[in-house]
Amino acid sequence: MLLGTLVYGFINSCILALVALGFNLTFGISGVANFAYGAIYIFSGFLTWILLNSLGLPYLLSVLISILCASCVGLAMYYLIILRVKGLSLSEVMATFGLGLAIMELFRYFDFVGFKYTLPVFFDGSVAIGDVYVDYQRLIIALIAVGLTLCLYLFTHHTKIGLAFRAIAQDERTALTFGIDSDRIGALSMAFGAGLAAIAAIVILPLGTIAVEGGYEVLINALAVCIVGGLGSTVGVLVASVLIGYAQTFTANYLEPHWMMLVSLIAIAVVLVVKPSGLFSHQKELEERI
Amino acid sequence: MKRRKERIDRGIKARSEDIFALSSYREMLYLLVPRAIPVVGLLGVSLFLSPYWKEVFISTAVYALLAISWDLLISAGLVSLGQSLFYGIGSYVAGALNYYWGWSPLFTIPVATVVGGLLCTVMLLPVLRLRGIYFAMVTLVLPLMLMRLVEATRILGGTEGLTGLTPFPSPLMSLYVIQIALLIALFGFRRIIDSDYGLVVRGINDNDRSVMSAGINIYWYKTQILFLGASVGSFAGAFGTHVDMFAGMPGFALDYSLLPVASAVVGGMGTFAGPLLGAFILVPLSEILRALGALRIVFYGLFLVVFIVALPEGIFPYMQRKYHQFERWVEIE
Repeated sequence: MLLGTLVYGFINSCILALVALGFNLTFGISGVANFAYGAIYIFSGFLTWILLNSLGLPYLLSVLISILCASCVGLAMYYLIILRVKGLSLSEVMATFGLGLAIMELFRYFDFVGFKYTLPVFFDGSVAIGDVYVDYQRLIIALIAVGLTLCLYLFTHHTKIGLAFRAIAQDERTALTFGIDSDRIGALSMAFGAGLAAIAAIVILPLGTIAVEGGYEVLINALAVCIVGGLGSTVGVLVASVLIGYAQTFTANYLEPHWMMLVSLIAIAVVLVVKPSGLFSHQKELEERI
Repeated sequence: MKRRKERIDRGIKARSEDIFALSSYREMLYLLVPRAIPVVGLLGVSLFLSPYWKEVFISTAVYALLAISWDLLISAGLVSLGQSLFYGIGSYVAGALNYYWGWSPLFTIPVATVVGGLLCTVMLLPVLRLRGIYFAMVTLVLPLMLMRLVEATRILGGTEGLTGLTPFPSPLMSLYVIQIALLIALFGFRRIIDSDYGLVVRGINDNDRSVMSAGINIYWYKTQILFLGASVGSFAGAFGTHVDMFAGMPGFALDYSLLPVASAVVGGMGTFAGPLLGAFILVPLSEILRALGALRIVFYGLFLVVFIVALPEGIFPYMQRKYHQFERWVEIE
């Protein structure tokens, strides 16, 4: 029981981290809280399904196309919507939320509801760790979560665009004097965030069916992880997803499952009261309270 | 008693920002008409609606009250994403008083207004020092948490809620109660914000540190504003409970948090009339779109996006600006 909880807790943490990475990237760099994040997640899930089943494209191609499409949606969203209300954070939130609502409910309108909407798993079968059986898909989720985090680290530390990302995140004005175009970087960060959402969708969705409600759940989970970890901090996201992931799994296994949501909400509330800018965000501590 | 001198013409921006002269009947009308529109509009139009639209009107007014209370909080720099906290607490207090002790709505609503306001203030007191987005996140999470708490512990009727509460004696009475409350909140809050007290409140929003360095205890001011806003929200909750004859978990639903914010963003923040206008556009719009079936929310979302992108300042400030820019031809003497 304990080993099982530990293993599944780790996988739950990986899922949370995967879900939160994209949201965190966009917020950390351009300061835009992308409330259409859950919609993009669901959008790429359904798009992959359509490409696979309705158009009969090969798996790899349809995955690539849907990641690309999600990124394009992010890019378009930045130039068409965010750029016009930049700096008005409430308008940004309401506009992205409205768009997300529209995208998700459009799928509901076209009757994308049911058990047939599932993505294929990468490999069938399961493996035993001790006396706990874990299917391959869950292992792959863990691997991809770890790999993606590494890739992101390398990307932001060793490529030109990645360094520009960090420059804008740290000090926009100084970055501007170095000739970094903050609008272009903002748009790119949005596209990258959306692309990460698509990757998360393709990896995680095979565990269940693609449902519109999943979009809201993903948004809430991403928000929870980012708040507890500290908005915009990657280390914070990792630590927070481990904390919340294990907390959820332990309450689900040892208490009743409907306490699960309560635990993550209480975690958020406690962190906000005690250390509002999250566990790992140092630079914002001055502004958080007066 | 401390006094300060004030020019009579200040505060009314007819000709320009600070010069103003009333010299004719027409100019008085120019000032009076915009203020008369909400009064006449609310009290007059509601009489001619069909029973169905009267109900829509009542729920619109509830959302408008929440939006106005949101606007008061934002005037003091408190960004609330959890108006449903106020609504839910108000509705549970009124519902519980009515359900367990059989109090009539005549008593439950005032009690729920004050007690609900106090409860919400006490709940948010520990985080009052947080700024901007951090305060907003706490308010967003609290109602969701209370909702799960009710579900998990099964207190106050659990998932089923408290049903069969006493309704208002007549639908017309509920219509008038909410209209009068709405007008009191609208004009009262505008008055408060225009007073010297409101000057301090707006100062806290603009620059809290400089207000502090003027020797003013900003937490006390913030607490008062929070209590005022929470009371109005709780009133809306208590009222809504007796209209629906039900108090339950839906009171903490995200609808009551998001629609007021959307109304304020669409209508224009910080003007009180803006959120009212926004609510009276958004809620009936969603009713009209009901004919479209499932496409309703799609259009609703897109409408929100288009509005925010096309008119970021909001409808009311835009209209106000245009109204102030009215011109007319006069003869040169």
